[in-house]
Amino acid sequence: MSALVLQLKRWTDRQPFAFLLVAGALWWALYQTLNPFSEAVVELLPVERDSHLGGALQFFFYDTPKVLMLLVGIVFVMGIVHTFVSPERTRALLSGRRLGLGNAMAATLGIVTPFCSCSAVPLFIGFLQAGVPLGVTFSFLISAPMVNEVALALLFGMFGWKVAALYLGLGLIIAIVAGLTIGKLGMEHHLEDWVRAMQNTQQGASFEGSAMPWGERIDHGFHHVREIVGKVWPYILAGIALGAGIHGYVPEDFMASIMGKDAPWWSVPAAVAIGVPMYANAAGIIPVVEALMGKGAALGTVLAFMMSVIALSAPEMIILRKVLKPRLIATFVSVVAAGILLVGYVFNAVL
Amino acid sequence: MKNIKVLGTGCANCKTTLKLIEEAAAAKGIAVQLEKVEDLKDIMSYGVMSTPGVVIDGKVVHAGGIPSCEKIDGWLAQ
Repeated sequence: MSALVLQLKRWTDRQPFAFLLVAGALWWALYQTLNPFSEAVVELLPVERDSHLGGALQFFFYDTPKVLMLLVGIVFVMGIVHTFVSPERTRALLSGRRLGLGNAMAATLGIVTPFCSCSAVPLFIGFLQAGVPLGVTFSFLISAPMVNEVALALLFGMFGWKVAALYLGLGLIIAIVAGLTIGKLGMEHHLEDWVRAMQNTQQGASFEGSAMPWGERIDHGFHHVREIVGKVWPYILAGIALGAGIHGYVPEDFMASIMGKDAPWWSVPAAVAIGVPMYANAAGIIPVVEALMGKGAALGTVLAFMMSVIALSAPEMIILRKVLKPRLIATFVSVVAAGILLVGYVFNAVL
Repeated sequence: MKNIKVLGTGCANCKTTLKLIEEAAAAKGIAVQLEKVEDLKDIMSYGVMSTPGVVIDGKVVHAGGIPSCEKIDGWLAQ
């Protein structure tokens, strides 16, 4: 086994592109066989395909490998992308940008720049030090948690690429518009004084790109898969099992009257308000999303709930309080919440 | 004796980093003075943007993510 790994390792070092091509083709071929495979497995079991149990089992055997494969694929690609953008490089790119284009760049970079969520505040200060405008910094900080690779893979796997693309697009738009709004309000004096004193004190442009060989980038991709997928797979399995149970048994319009399309107007704000004190990562919240959707909740309301859980959390506010004065925190929360509300209403109206 | 500081606001990754260094030093029987820096102002004064960061004898040797075991062994061997 270890000899095989070693040989594979040498191959990724020598011919990284050939390796990526073969791995991609294999992944695609396997992905195509999932549906027939799940039908075949259910046929082997002593249950009727058309029964509730049969339906639930087929759903489980199809969805589990499908979602896991999508997750592995997306996380692997993200791991490779991470080797091209470090926080330092992003900072150099954003330093001195003006509002507008700067916000769009910051929101996009927020998705692909690797950093642990607990680095958010040091990153925030580091950006301001290097002369990244406050509004642009906020665009980065909002998009980074809101557009999450795991959530993207799960939405893709469970609701199709259109929903995933809408989630990505709207997440970016909220980050850009919220950052622009905060920038236009000129709230620099609502930063804590010691942070303000550090603003624009450093040259951020000194960045030396490191030429990393592709073999090493591929290693990073695998490492990222081990780290992320290794952590979230139990949640996903639980979520799909829950979804499969609902698929077969619970009546579809169970949630429709409270969170469905024809629910009263306040269902979207209520979903956002419930989401703020909850603190969960994207993987933990998806099973809930799946369950709500399965019971007839409208997609917009559910997405609003999900985004508010991920992007606005009480613990994060407490950390941010060390660098922002209360008014700026309040502005940040209300601007982001307004954006999420809008997304909820738009989704409910369009779909 | 080496003075090693781990910079981080107290998240899981920072704690893991501290533990890894502690274990590596104990395994090699090297005495080190290990410190955890949690105050934001102090962390920022090292110019580190992504935590956890590692500072050895006043010099930043690592930032952003949990360092690999080989890397830690490398620092201790110096």
